Amino acid sequence: MAISKFNYNSFNVTPVASKALAFNSDADGFTTASSSSMILIKTLTASSSATLSFVDGADSVVLDDTYPIYKFEFINIHPATNTAKLTFQGDTGTNTSYNQTITSTFFNSQHKEDGSGGSLGYETSHDQAQGTAFQDITNGIGNLNDENMNGELKIFSPSSGTFVKHFISTVQSNYDTNWSMNSYMAGYFNTTTALTRAQFKMSSGNIDSGIIKLYGIK
Amino acid sequence: MALSKADVNNINITPTASKAIRWNSAADGFEAGALGGSMVLLSTQTASGSANLSFTSGIDSTYDSYVFKFINIHPSETASFMFNLSIDSGSNYNVTKTTTHFRAYHLESGSASALGYETGVDLAQSTAFQDLTGDSIGTANDSGVSGSLHLFSPSSTTFVKHFMSNLSLLKTDNEIKNTFVAGYGNTTSAVDAIQFKMDNGNIDSGVIKMYGIT
Repeated sequence: MAISKFNYNSFNVTPVASKALAFNSDADGFTTASSSSMILIKTLTASSSATLSFVDGADSVVLDDTYPIYKFEFINIHPATNTAKLTFQGDTGTNTSYNQTITSTFFNSQHKEDGSGGSLGYETSHDQAQGTAFQDITNGIGNLNDENMNGELKIFSPSSGTFVKHFISTVQSNYDTNWSMNSYMAGYFNTTTALTRAQFKMSSGNIDSGIIKLYGIK
Repeated sequence: MALSKADVNNINITPTASKAIRWNSAADGFEAGALGGSMVLLSTQTASGSANLSFTSGIDSTYDSYVFKFINIHPSETASFMFNLSIDSGSNYNVTKTTTHFRAYHLESGSASALGYETGVDLAQSTAFQDLTGDSIGTANDSGVSGSLHLFSPSSTTFVKHFMSNLSLLKTDNEIKNTFVAGYGNTTSAVDAIQFKMDNGNIDSGVIKMYGIT
């Protein structure tokens, strides 16, 4: 019989460390349950925004050694300026220059709506070799009303005091009105100082609209 | 007033199957709700000689993106694994798509390996099913395909619907193939259903799970 009212005597479950208390599948008692390994930390919504920044310790953002992996998810990123690229950088401590040294790779799979241009290739114009510029995550994104970009970026162990900080992104976007662009970028911040923040912006103009979510992965 | 100490008299909530007990938004009582995770299992479908597996409910604006996990998909005939989208709750699976497709492969014998774009299985403004494997999956007992497909913002009525997939399959000629298919459903109508099937025969066995990402 399902529980009609919460009763002290219903708590007949064996405690398990680090588990949650949940109703069982019959809703007539309790069981222990695990929470997910991917936790939403912060959602930022662009509205003609010059930048979107995630700073550890500010506005409920966690970007420290709480999680070994952090994932940013991009939903319907729409640039104000046609063919502007979404870019990112990181910084350490309380610094706000966002100019860490990056070495990175970038390749694309692309195809045009008219059936031409299907190809896979490395793109030398989007990588960096010990550069301190913002790193391209995409090719240029179209800004027609229905064009946009989606995807994800993971940063591994940003708070390490020993290792460089690796990152990997995979995104899908519209380019130049009628191209499908699938972009793969990876690299590392060449620093052994803990990163405390990440900033996203377009290579030109504002982020007209879109959402960036930050998750911690256990 | 927020609770300073949990008291049994504050736990006056209605039990809900498979939900957890959590503090409410005012922290002055409790409620039933999902556990703290951001990847929520919405549906699991298991193939058994199935012509197709279709998800016709649960794809809406509740989540910003959806992930489909393919686990040991095994064909009844030598066949490719494919999918399409629907904007009419599954009555028709024929959304116009432009896509890219590249793959890496390596034979068990070690005799060949390569990375490259596949022009034969990408789509250009086509309503056809999108081939996710690009080649036939073997029917040997130990053959199959596993991987995932990420669909973004399917309920948007403003933007086209982007997706990305990555699968690993064992081909008929004892070859590992790692495929990367991405593209967009070129529609500003809300996508509310998705269907998976083989291009030949049935899905003999396998599991497809649909997750919502909060």
